[in-house]
Amino acid sequence: MKTSWNLFKTQFITYGGYKTVLNGLLTTVEIAVFGLIIGVIIGTLIAIVKVMPKYKKLPRVLDKICTVYVAFFRGTPMVVQLLLGYFVLLPSLGIAADGVTVAITIFGLNSGAYVSEMMRSGIQSVDGGQLEASRALGLTYWTSMMKVVIPQSVKNILPTLGNEFISLVKETSVVSFIAVVDITKAFRSIGDANYEYIIPYLMLAAVYLILVLLITWGIKVMERRMKRNER
Amino acid sequence: MKDESLNDAIISVKDLKKSFGGTEVLDGVDLDVYKGDVIAIIGPSGCGKSTFLRCLNCLEDPSGGSIFFEGEDLADMKVDINVHRQKIGMVFQQFNLFNNLTVLQNIMLAPVTVAKKNLRATKRKNFFIKVSNIFKKKDNKKELLPLGKTKAEFTEDAKNKAMELLGKIGLTEKADVYPSTLSGGQKQRIAIVRALAMNPKVMLFDEPTSALDPEMVGEVLDLIKKLANEGMTMVIVTHEMGFAREIATRVLFMADKGIAEQGTPEQIFEHPQNPRTIQFLNAVL
Repeated sequence: MKTSWNLFKTQFITYGGYKTVLNGLLTTVEIAVFGLIIGVIIGTLIAIVKVMPKYKKLPRVLDKICTVYVAFFRGTPMVVQLLLGYFVLLPSLGIAADGVTVAITIFGLNSGAYVSEMMRSGIQSVDGGQLEASRALGLTYWTSMMKVVIPQSVKNILPTLGNEFISLVKETSVVSFIAVVDITKAFRSIGDANYEYIIPYLMLAAVYLILVLLITWGIKVMERRMKRNER
Repeated sequence: MKDESLNDAIISVKDLKKSFGGTEVLDGVDLDVYKGDVIAIIGPSGCGKSTFLRCLNCLEDPSGGSIFFEGEDLADMKVDINVHRQKIGMVFQQFNLFNNLTVLQNIMLAPVTVAKKNLRATKRKNFFIKVSNIFKKKDNKKELLPLGKTKAEFTEDAKNKAMELLGKIGLTEKADVYPSTLSGGQKQRIAIVRALAMNPKVMLFDEPTSALDPEMVGEVLDLIKKLANEGMTMVIVTHEMGFAREIATRVLFMADKGIAEQGTPEQIFEHPQNPRTIQFLNAVL
């Protein structure tokens, strides 16, 4: 244990391993945060399409597209989607983009599929009278959703949305498949230097744990804030 | 669809039909609502009173017939229903105040959003005029449309109007609280004021006092009475017979998918002709 600790210390401080770790941490957080933002936007749009009245043709067509989208992103593993995006889609479209951008995009698209289902149940949990009252005032369906229904449904699904963020943070640990150096990859490279993994991987677990605990706390604070208009 | 032959009724309903699935709820209802009318709709539950009211602003899409408002048929799917709904106020049984907004925001939401939308539309039109002006000769250029009030100005206006309306119902101090802290009576009065903020031509009330505690019914009815005295045109679905009798200029008794009998409160309550009306009034009075 002693040598293991010393080896880690040399690698981490003397050889500048802490820089890789900090950069990796930043990358992990970046992918998770932007992925969630994109996911929430896409998820909300899909959810609105799903609950839209289907008299006209356009909503029906959009609904079909969304169904296929959700089926694909929920039906294939994240790693496969990353690989497809980075090694198949990018070269065939001839786009030059780095791994982090691809990771953010894929995580966003993937979490959009999951968020859409949460958001839909959130929208359905809001009393129908709210939408009716808004429409009766002459506001459009879109405005009514954005100003009245969605804010209330977000409050209802905040705990589930928090869960999604937590699993997103943990799922980012697979991005090294497409050559992105995240926190997992950073600690692994420290271990690789001496083939001594005990300390790096214990530290890695601790970092993820702390991240998740921070998020849990943040969600609690937000929930309390949003509850203010209930009493 | 314009129809010049129409009389000066604000709302003119012709042969309105509504069915849910295979169940027919309304079968050929006709009604003219004139300016200053206060129409009370009474009748047994399940007779289609609320459905009829909700058809008037197309919250329920009519299955047949027409509803003329300002010369346009609201039942026509091509009509921009939102523009017309802005001039038809509606008050619900369950108040339906927006829970995520404060009282003041509840009242200001619609006026501000509509003004914003109009401003954006004018700006968009101006942009196209500017673009087309590039290709026109100097003395042939089209003039830009006036923009009217700025966003800050109409927001201020909406706020002043909202505070004035809140003052009218004595709830100025509740402007910044959320609806969940209010009593049912307060909620319903604010819901009425929220509809008034759009300066509606006609107000629809869907059993406005049915979800209230008995002690709060009075304050809401008083407000509606006040509106009636100010000359507001109203259609009220109600179970408060005394109230209907007192303020209505016309009473409709609905039964069997249509209007079974109509007339002045005196005619309906003192000398009902239709056996269904007599039976109903005997049961409730």
